[in-house]
Amino acid sequence: MDSALILEWVIKSAILIFVLLTGFAYLTLFERRALARIQVRIGPNRAGPFGLLQPVADGLKLIFKEELTPAEADKVLFTLAPVVTVVPALILAAVIPWGRDVTLFGRQVSLSVADLNVGVLYIMAVSSIAVYGIVLAGWSSNNKYALLGGLRSSAQMISYELALGLAFVPAILLADSMRMVDIVEAQHPWWFVVIQPVGTAIFLIATLAEVNRAPFDMPEAEQELTAGYHTEYSGMKFALFFMAEYAKMIVISSIAATLFFGGYLGPGVDRYPWLGPLYLFIKIVILLFGMIWLRATFPRIRYDRLMAFGWKVLLPLALAVTFITALGIVLEMLWLIPVLSLAAGLFTVAMVHRALRRKAYARA
Amino acid sequence: MTNLVLFLVLAVVAVVTALGMLLSRNAVYAALFLVLNFATVAVFYILLEAPFIAMTQVTVYAGAIMVLFLFVIMLLGAERLPGTEPLPWQRPLAIFLALVLAVEAGYLLFARRAAGGMFASAAPDFGSPQAIGTMLFNRYLLPFEVTSVLLLVAMVGAIVLTKKEKGGRE
Repeated sequence: MDSALILEWVIKSAILIFVLLTGFAYLTLFERRALARIQVRIGPNRAGPFGLLQPVADGLKLIFKEELTPAEADKVLFTLAPVVTVVPALILAAVIPWGRDVTLFGRQVSLSVADLNVGVLYIMAVSSIAVYGIVLAGWSSNNKYALLGGLRSSAQMISYELALGLAFVPAILLADSMRMVDIVEAQHPWWFVVIQPVGTAIFLIATLAEVNRAPFDMPEAEQELTAGYHTEYSGMKFALFFMAEYAKMIVISSIAATLFFGGYLGPGVDRYPWLGPLYLFIKIVILLFGMIWLRATFPRIRYDRLMAFGWKVLLPLALAVTFITALGIVLEMLWLIPVLSLAAGLFTVAMVHRALRRKAYARA
Repeated sequence: MTNLVLFLVLAVVAVVTALGMLLSRNAVYAALFLVLNFATVAVFYILLEAPFIAMTQVTVYAGAIMVLFLFVIMLLGAERLPGTEPLPWQRPLAIFLALVLAVEAGYLLFARRAAGGMFASAAPDFGSPQAIGTMLFNRYLLPFEVTSVLLLVAMVGAIVLTKKEKGGRE
């Protein structure tokens, strides 16, 4: 292990954290502008051209705000909780490959921070740790609303983690590996979203619940819980929660892009490896826009419906999709996978539709 | 050399977190110390070149089971632990079992060393996901299936317990 290698790792980690933090700042602006556009407003456009300096202004404002700690709060955990929330969001990105190896200053440099042979499991492990920050924030605030928000989020995240974990399985099976680079390379020429569209849909829905985004933002439902787990937080501590949510959105989008949308693959990437990060960036932005679009479109789901949907619809469907993928691979008939899984998906949608209509009749 | 230093530091962390878990009077802190302990054990597995087990350890124990523990502690509001021991026979039994474990471990370590050679060093692909998968689904298929059936039974049992009895009052 030479010192140049350690230097390379440090530089790559620094770049990754820098990208995630600036990405977070500009994602808030992107979200506000996109939401405004959808709601026929203009959005923030005063600070700098097109409002480009708005994130800087927001950051400065948050730094100068007073930080309050409730008198009856558990001081240690109250301070620790925002940190515990941010760190998993940042280190999750370590296993995502940005491109093939490139030559830089006469060195062969791989464009990922850590190329683990258990990359997918690493993602599962770190994302399962992420729930602690929110639970501890809710508990240490010593506030009923915050505690309820924390409990809701832990129940929700554990429930949707199952469907999320099963949604990884088709990608692992199709690539025959848990290494992220192998999974990306196996998507040549067909992206896994083509082979396993239903698995991709389950993954995207479950990740929305994992990052507590609308329409699954029950832990911070304003109308019933004032703000949920971060009710008592202000100033930079609140900003850390905010940062964790948006950094997680970026990371989750990049994981989805890597597992199902071909990662850094794209036309011409064989000749020019530097196109890889660009393609990945474009895919991430498209997926992020989808998340923002969903927030602008759907109302929040009621809590019991959310849990019923996770356990009674998403989990059985994910199991079926896993079985179908394995079947298609064993029989060596890959065309069978999209056909059967789409049939299963349509059947599920029809059953949910029927159940909802029956409920509506019973009420009328 | 680096491995030895890492191991020593980690061992201290593991012992301290375990003691913290036992000695803290607040159930939430005890649970958090246990989480740290699980994480430390996961790093031990990485040192032993078993990344699969390490990740599973974090996902299952630190990520799923301990979250449920915390969930229950918060739901019941049972943060304050009672001062007295609720099960009086537990402490002597625990000491006895710990002694048995120490004697057994010591016997294994010293008897094996006397017989020449410690333990066989790991194969090159030891602990890789492929090797573990092949092992699990070929050689240990029956125990694997039995375990999964056991877990299924436990799950069904939990669901049955939460159901309202028929004809009973709401």
